[in-house]
Amino acid sequence: MGNFYKDNDDIQFLFQHMDLNKVSRMQEEEFKHAAEFETAPEDETEAIQNYNMVLDSIGELSADFIAPRSEDVDREGNTLNEDGTVSYAAGIADALDALAKADVMGFTLPHRFGGLNFPNTVYSMAIEIVSRADASLMNIFGLQGIAETINFFADEDIKQNYLHDFASGKVTGAMVLTEPDAGSDLQACDLKAFQDDNGNWYLHGVKRFITNGCGEVLLVLARSEDRSGGLGLSLFVCDRGPTVTVRRLEDKLGIHGSPTCELFFDNTPCQLIGERQRGLVTYVMSLMNGARIGIAGQSMGIAEATYRVARDYAASREQFGVAIEKLPAVRDMMIEMKTSIEAGRALLYETSWIVDHEIGLNKIIDNSEDKDAVKAAKKELKFIKRLAGMLTPMSKYFCSEMSNTVSYDSIQILGGSGYMRDYACERHARDARITTIYEGTSQLQVVAAVRGVCGGTGEKYLAQLAAAEYGDNVKDLTAMLAEGTETLLECAKFAKGEGIEYMDLYGRQIVDIAIALIIGYYFCSQASSDVEMEVAVADSDQTVPMTKRKEVMARRYITRNADKIKTLAAEVMSGDRTTFKEYDALIGPVPEIA
Amino acid sequence: MGYNCVVLVKQVPDTKRITGQAMNDDGTVNRAALPAIFNPEDLNALELALKIKDEFGGVVTVVTMGLPNATGVLREGLYRGADQAVLVTDRRCAASDTLATSYILSCAVKKLNPDIVLCGRQAIDGDTAQVGPQLAEKLELPQITYVEDLVSLEETSIKVKRNLGNGWQEVKSPLPAVLTVLDTANEPRVGRAKQMMKCKAAKCRMEIEAIAKEDDCIDVDATCEALDEKGLLIKQWDLDFLEADLQWCGRDGSPTKVHRIQSVVLAAMDTKDVEATQAGVDSMIHELIQDHTIG
Repeated sequence: MGNFYKDNDDIQFLFQHMDLNKVSRMQEEEFKHAAEFETAPEDETEAIQNYNMVLDSIGELSADFIAPRSEDVDREGNTLNEDGTVSYAAGIADALDALAKADVMGFTLPHRFGGLNFPNTVYSMAIEIVSRADASLMNIFGLQGIAETINFFADEDIKQNYLHDFASGKVTGAMVLTEPDAGSDLQACDLKAFQDDNGNWYLHGVKRFITNGCGEVLLVLARSEDRSGGLGLSLFVCDRGPTVTVRRLEDKLGIHGSPTCELFFDNTPCQLIGERQRGLVTYVMSLMNGARIGIAGQSMGIAEATYRVARDYAASREQFGVAIEKLPAVRDMMIEMKTSIEAGRALLYETSWIVDHEIGLNKIIDNSEDKDAVKAAKKELKFIKRLAGMLTPMSKYFCSEMSNTVSYDSIQILGGSGYMRDYACERHARDARITTIYEGTSQLQVVAAVRGVCGGTGEKYLAQLAAAEYGDNVKDLTAMLAEGTETLLECAKFAKGEGIEYMDLYGRQIVDIAIALIIGYYFCSQASSDVEMEVAVADSDQTVPMTKRKEVMARRYITRNADKIKTLAAEVMSGDRTTFKEYDALIGPVPEIA
Repeated sequence: MGYNCVVLVKQVPDTKRITGQAMNDDGTVNRAALPAIFNPEDLNALELALKIKDEFGGVVTVVTMGLPNATGVLREGLYRGADQAVLVTDRRCAASDTLATSYILSCAVKKLNPDIVLCGRQAIDGDTAQVGPQLAEKLELPQITYVEDLVSLEETSIKVKRNLGNGWQEVKSPLPAVLTVLDTANEPRVGRAKQMMKCKAAKCRMEIEAIAKEDDCIDVDATCEALDEKGLLIKQWDLDFLEADLQWCGRDGSPTKVHRIQSVVLAAMDTKDVEATQAGVDSMIHELIQDHTIG
């Protein structure tokens, strides 16, 4: 009997370290629903107890039920049947059934629709845990933002029509955005939405690369207006009835359990979500932000899974008479993997916390009768919204890139065995590969994040982090981070002065510096935590306080990054524009593909 | 047509997570040093009962014998789908061996008048696998051990598949019957979120009394009544309620005497085939008596 929640000291620690009290109070709107719904807690203590129990249950399900099926899921994949229906791999179908029975398919949906109304911080933990068991399952479990989008923006009758079924796990959904000529650039969407004489809406056209496009409820981005660009697009919801055909299932590198569909809509009846013309600019942007957090969680789960295989191997595989983890190069790789996983986790959970904060403030603004509270929330929301807008792409970028690095390094630790299908590492690497691509490529995440960093949000957030309380044990480290922040601000100023194209060109360096500093502060905060937790030390009966361990990790991470930050800054400040000026000469003509 | 299923469960120390202090000096298990968990095969027994309920309807009751803190496994049973829980607790149960335990549990089971009694094959602390069969004897019910699958249920009879280690056997039995279930029988479902949220408040009377000791504001009777109304009162039965004969309970009812405890390292490199004949068995028993393994 395993448990992917309980066996993970870092998640256990963060669950206690992060301020879930505040998040639960905001999420439950001062616990006003307690009398009305059985799922609604009475206070923070009960809320947190609920979160803990549900994560425990998901941890058990992931370890004992989902993970043992993941290898077969990868081999089996999904099947497009002759009648146009799609059959999930057996393991995915079983897992979805088990997740529905565990009542966790309406994780963040409000109580009134039968959801658990849990915060995103806890949802991110759950997504990580499930993804560790089977990354491809996350594409269904982790995309509950589809229901959330209906909840945020659709009319009450649409909500009533769909959300109970989402929460009970009776239906799953898909976000139907991408088209053959509209990938990263969704403004180019071409699928038509039109009305008949009675005002009923219909959809006509083709969508491609649709994750779980065989799901029962489809959120479709379509051109409803006679104009080009994002303002011509609206968001619709429809059922996957006879007018929607899955034309093909993609044959792809990884996440084989997640069906990627090409869909043809042949005058499919649908309903408008919210208002016309706001489809892309408001609703899809919101949907995508939630999905990006989900992909970051998926990335974390893959990294954790593959790291564990590598660690197990490094500790047991003997070469030259010793376990290979005694060899300096392997040792160093193991620590780097472990550190970058905990770095990513800190960034993702803190980001999720900020997103919860944003949602909580919106709830106060929408529902509170206390005018002062509404006024204060409005004031606070301005910055929190910008902060969530910066941290979300940072998390997606950092965690997905980290996941790829860690899964490649895991294969490297296993050597020849890692390249074989006997071990899960090759599957993890294939699964990880998509994470830097879908829901916005890393390059686009950087573009989104660098605007936050250079636009003042980064500066303000780093100042807030610097002003927080830290233990004396990390004072020298926060001083280094303050120095790094100065460097970052110089870089940001310089890049802005050089123009938007230059800023995008050196965006990765700028964002990398900002992330290193932000995570550095998170590590310092963890090292200063008042959570008392002892964790085991390798090869002994000894334990060490988690805070002490985190201090060591913070020291290594921040010290090593100090020099990297200088190098990155030097690149930004170089003024080098050869990428623009010399591209044609350096790259030469387009080669022939043999 | 539903079936009344009673599942006997046990809270056991997690023997997978052995640390330095897992054993007392006298060779007994230091239960305080190990986390308490739901005995794994009892989860398989519960899952089988829940599957029967899913398919045919009926009621699933989880029963455990132990101290009030054993309600942890009962709540766990409720989270996973059991309808009600019973704690058999009495100081006079202390020091019961498997025989006394099975007697006390048989008294509790009789009160519930079940169609099917399900137990895990064995508990990971004692590993005796005796309580299920002994219970069946006490209840004078047919027993089917090593159950791996339910084949059919037909109102007054049950057919199951047994795993005998080197083959399978399909067995049909009249109901009521006692089943002991293997870990290979199924994959136990996890707790349901909504059920956990509701049933985490489930308590037995002794637990409420303990809280009332710390907090004068709590009225034990009123709290019990309120919990009972919500279906959250864990039934608490003592030996008087069970009308148990005390000479079969606790130390008095326990013929097992621990002679000595030693750490055994399994180092045998070869195996020995024993002929499945009377002579073969006699020879094996003789040999075991000779080397003092038994007797």
